[in-house]
Amino acid sequence: MKRKDLLGIQELTQEEILEILDTAETLQEISTRPIKKVPTLRGKTVINLFFEASTRTRTSFEIAGKRLSADVVNVSASTSSVSKGETLIDTAKTLDAMAADCVVIRHSSSGAPHTIARLTKARVINAGDGAHEHPTQALLDALTIRQRKGRLNGLKVAIVGDIAHSRVARSNAHLLTKCGSHVWLCSAPTLMPVGWHELVKENCEFLHRTHSMEEALEGADVVMMLRVQFERMDESFFPSVREYFRYYGLTRAKVERAKPEAIIMHPGPMNRGVEIATDVADGPFSVILDQVSAGVAVRMAILFLMLGGQSS
Amino acid sequence: MNLLVKNGRVVDPARNIDTVTDILIRDGKIRSIGKADRADAPQFDATGLIVAPGFFDIHVHLREPGTEEAETIATGGAAAVAGGFVAVAAMPNTKPPNDNPSITSYIVSEARRSSPALVFPIGAITKEQKGETLAEIGEMVEAGIAGISDDGKPVMDGRLFRRALEYAQLFDLPVIQHCEDLHLSKGGVMHEGAMSARLGLKGIPSAAEDTMVSRDLILAEVTGGKYHVAHLSTRRAVEMVRAAKAQGMKITAEVTPHHFTLTDAAVAEYDTNAKMNPPLRSQDDVDALRAGVADGTIDVIASDHAPHHINLKMLEFDRAPFGITGLETTVGLALTQLKLPLPRAIEMLSLNAQKIMRVTPWGIFEGSEAHLTILDLSRQWKFDVNQSRSKSRNSPFHGWELKGKAVGTIVGGKVVYEDS
Repeated sequence: MKRKDLLGIQELTQEEILEILDTAETLQEISTRPIKKVPTLRGKTVINLFFEASTRTRTSFEIAGKRLSADVVNVSASTSSVSKGETLIDTAKTLDAMAADCVVIRHSSSGAPHTIARLTKARVINAGDGAHEHPTQALLDALTIRQRKGRLNGLKVAIVGDIAHSRVARSNAHLLTKCGSHVWLCSAPTLMPVGWHELVKENCEFLHRTHSMEEALEGADVVMMLRVQFERMDESFFPSVREYFRYYGLTRAKVERAKPEAIIMHPGPMNRGVEIATDVADGPFSVILDQVSAGVAVRMAILFLMLGGQSS
Repeated sequence: MNLLVKNGRVVDPARNIDTVTDILIRDGKIRSIGKADRADAPQFDATGLIVAPGFFDIHVHLREPGTEEAETIATGGAAAVAGGFVAVAAMPNTKPPNDNPSITSYIVSEARRSSPALVFPIGAITKEQKGETLAEIGEMVEAGIAGISDDGKPVMDGRLFRRALEYAQLFDLPVIQHCEDLHLSKGGVMHEGAMSARLGLKGIPSAAEDTMVSRDLILAEVTGGKYHVAHLSTRRAVEMVRAAKAQGMKITAEVTPHHFTLTDAAVAEYDTNAKMNPPLRSQDDVDALRAGVADGTIDVIASDHAPHHINLKMLEFDRAPFGITGLETTVGLALTQLKLPLPRAIEMLSLNAQKIMRVTPWGIFEGSEAHLTILDLSRQWKFDVNQSRSKSRNSPFHGWELKGKAVGTIVGGKVVYEDS
């Protein structure tokens, strides 16, 4: 991988995306072995720097690193460290001074990994920044889709939920439009960002918007549900959970509109009965657990491409 | 102070002066305009330079009292004269805010003691800038304020703002509003648009400014108050001000160099020096602001100089404070970016500013206080923020090549800045 950091999907080329996915596919087999470990990244230090609570992504990176024999250190940093006098920049420089090879960052502020990346020698992987990007999520989603559908182009992908505040929606919109699939962003008007039509820089014609879940799901190959954040209710983005589920919850009846072999995705953690009905989440078309497995493979691939091959 | 400003092109559009001549200054005042040869006064050779009525920046944050680590009256004043300003109007959001005559008096006396530039304090409209009850406006006038504003904290209560517009007429004071509906802008950190959508940053919609300007213009009309819109940033706000002026309303408006120079594209790399309020907006807004400057809708250029200590600007974009410094780049940017006819530039940087604020006017006339700005219109220069006189370094214009610079600043007949 030529670039120093993986900060977002927006700046990646299709070739770079495919390189990661192809590598992930070859590494997937490692996780099926009785001894799930290869020595590839022995002696490399990966720091998981999480300023925001996350079990799934942090664990996934940790397992990915350990399966490649990297030393993985988890740091749960408080965003309130500012009040203790340590800025984001000091934290980054401190970790750099400890000679970390790679820093994986999750932060509630958009752009925080970019600031750290500018100031550190360590390679930086964005594990989710504010409402900006979550590139590894989009890559694992893409791997899941490709393995189920056999391709990443010419698909209709509905992304339903809180588009305005979702880094998952942004990264997926970049990735899937770059690969030539049609992305339908679907949310209540209050949860659709102003300027959505310029969310992606190229391939704008692959990006669509609708407020109707029925329209988004009609003939869809992939239905991607986003997690609802309940605090949005207090800001009047929607009136109640009940009303939200009525218009934007995924039910069996709504799934009927999608293609018969459509797959249902969710980045997790799910709010059952809020954005997705339990029978759909656990139903035959749900690939939610496949996404989790793909997550480990994709993160192994990224760590391998960033840290492997340059040692010895 | 005695001084002979020799052989400059003396320009004062208010007095229809544009001629190469000398200005003789005696005891801090202009004694005579015309060829003079006085060996007994020190000389300032202005050959090839413009001599204009001293520039006045009516929107500046000096941070003293309360946040002296970012700026003081002394350092802000030094930055002002280095930027060609003989005078600044200091916004009241100090700590504590300038909402009573003792704070006003402190600023006035500290400025006399330590600032090379004149400092005209702006008083708060409401006590503690809370937007609840009127501050002691008359008492502050007695102590020396030149206008009122709750800058940064717009007066959301329409009834109270109406009262302010009415009451301030007692003193012929301008009521300066930072136009922002705080409900619409809540949580926003940059202009709402495609760039904010892409960056995942919360937007401040243009509507936050537009609805406030709209309300205020109606209240200004109803009251006949002396209303001034600070730092316009949107097309629609410019258009509303233009329409109000066409109706004959005596309102005034201001623009900052960053709003007519930069767009929200400057935020792309999460540069906290591109974070200010109102935010950098779209190219369409920039075009509208420039048109507003060209046709006279906008009266003044002011810096909204807002120094912040580097520790705060090193934070995450959404946590860093709003604002950039501007005292030393305003004149250069205005001359480089706007290509204004010289008389119009002098109006916008000096004469109109003097008319808006409650100050004793100065200019190129006998008996005037000798406040002069000397410009070199052909000077090519590069702004180096590390050489700034300001205590802070938060400028997005570091390294910018500019053409046209203030090379001399004279306050009360004293050369307080000279760049030869």
